[in-house]
Amino acid sequence: MNEARFRWRTLFLIAYLLFALLPIYWMVNMSFKTNQEILASFTLLPQQFTWANYATIFTDASWYSGYINSLIYVAINMAISITVALPAAYAFSRYSFIGDKHVFFWLLTNRMTPPAVFLLPFFQLYTTLGLMDTHIAVALAHLVFNVPLAVWILEGFMSGIPREIDETAYIDGYSFPRFFLTIFLPLIKSGVGVAAFFCFMFSWVELLLARTLTSVDAKPIVSVMTRTVSASGMDWAVLAAAGTLTILPGAVVIWFVRHYIAKGFAMGRV
Amino acid sequence: MKPINQKAWWLVLPVFICVAFSAVLPLMTVVNYSVQDIISPDRRVFVGTEWFAAVMRDEELHSALWRQLTFSLAVLAVEIPLGIALALSMPARGWQASAALVLVALSLLIPWNVVGTIWQIYGRADIGLLGAALAWLGVDYSYTGDATDAWITVLVMDVWHWTPLVALLCYAGLRSIPDAYYQAARIDGASRFAVFRYIQLPKMRGVLMIAVLLRFMDSFMIYTEPFVLTGGGPGNATTFLSQYLTQKAVGQFDLGPAAAFSLIYFLIILLLCFILYNWMQRVGTADPEGASHE
Repeated sequence: MNEARFRWRTLFLIAYLLFALLPIYWMVNMSFKTNQEILASFTLLPQQFTWANYATIFTDASWYSGYINSLIYVAINMAISITVALPAAYAFSRYSFIGDKHVFFWLLTNRMTPPAVFLLPFFQLYTTLGLMDTHIAVALAHLVFNVPLAVWILEGFMSGIPREIDETAYIDGYSFPRFFLTIFLPLIKSGVGVAAFFCFMFSWVELLLARTLTSVDAKPIVSVMTRTVSASGMDWAVLAAAGTLTILPGAVVIWFVRHYIAKGFAMGRV
Repeated sequence: MKPINQKAWWLVLPVFICVAFSAVLPLMTVVNYSVQDIISPDRRVFVGTEWFAAVMRDEELHSALWRQLTFSLAVLAVEIPLGIALALSMPARGWQASAALVLVALSLLIPWNVVGTIWQIYGRADIGLLGAALAWLGVDYSYTGDATDAWITVLVMDVWHWTPLVALLCYAGLRSIPDAYYQAARIDGASRFAVFRYIQLPKMRGVLMIAVLLRFMDSFMIYTEPFVLTGGGPGNATTFLSQYLTQKAVGQFDLGPAAAFSLIYFLIILLLCFILYNWMQRVGTADPEGASHE
């Protein structure tokens, strides 16, 4: 790699990172300011540094329970998505059966349906089942887009594993469940990591369904935040602090899967 | 060839049940609404295709659809090349690689309404860095007052938000290329562009297909970010399809037309994605360099 190109690339990367991080920096910056400072003066660093906005969030149950609720339904959704997607992805990657291509595309169409379309039916369905305002309801609703995506990603990873491995295992007398759990799963664990990452991501950031299906007990952080926007003018500082805190779990998750993303996709559909 | 095994259906069954429960059942309800006039919970009249006809004639819907298509194509035109360029410029190994991955991916993990909030603050001339900087440069910029500014802000916000997805997928594709390919190219004296065209691009074909499909679908359903940022305004400049649908369904509670519109919306996305999916598959297989490496 020659010097000039290396420098050009680094410059481009730095320029993009500036573009990517400046808005986030601005929010984090605001979260340490008081509302007066935000509105009265324009400062690149907080002049009157304060933790008060974070203190508000950590001491007020209506705030911090939002984070807990979100994490609960995201975890349930991730667990269900990966569990049902694993065998299906195996079937799609290893066998042909009647309607396989159609079912695969049909699954993807659910990923394409605008959540706004499902709003009213979900509301009615979960009211009938008595599941409104539970974590399960949101977790189930988010399956619509997460299961298809998980199947798609896992199928890509599994197709990268030679079929001879399966055949050898069956000849050696492994049953399907034992083969799947003890041999196959470890081989595609990076794929599971990546699929789980995407499930986490799409469930964590979704607002419309999560807000519609909850009211009090399972109210997610995203909808707690919208409520605060409308109440008593704009509490910019607390809003910025809450926003900053919503980024943290995501940052932690990326940190854990970073090797899987880098190495892992190599075994996926590439 | 994959062996034929009808028992594989048993493995797909859990997914089938899950998705049927959370997608097919609700969709049936929508179909049910779309052919009835619901006056009250106990009084409903079958109206046939009346709502569909009404929705098809709706001028506002036509303009929302064009706005949406323009927006989605603009998103693809900017994000795909930018994502590829970003993936090419990210370091391959070492702590720099980890740091770059985490920093680039950060914007993906931000809840969508927070994305809207971030840009709402960022673009304001009084308290936002971007707005203040533009005002300082003498640019007349206001995302709440000017239609073009609002549209561009939503586009830039989407680029900021989603380019990392394209970049991460491409980055993963690039990492799968063995060093031997590059060595062979160097021995052949291949130009930088030739390496990109005949080694890197074919290897990224699969992930690029995912990236294009995902970005297209998701930008076509965009709701939360413009809702928080501009509320669809000024005027109708950033009222995209989901926004329009939610206004109808929740705001005005026109269940029948909203349901008919939902189905048409769904079919449009389905059709466009089907075309895109098949087209990309064909491009992939018609490309001898691409196909031979699969």
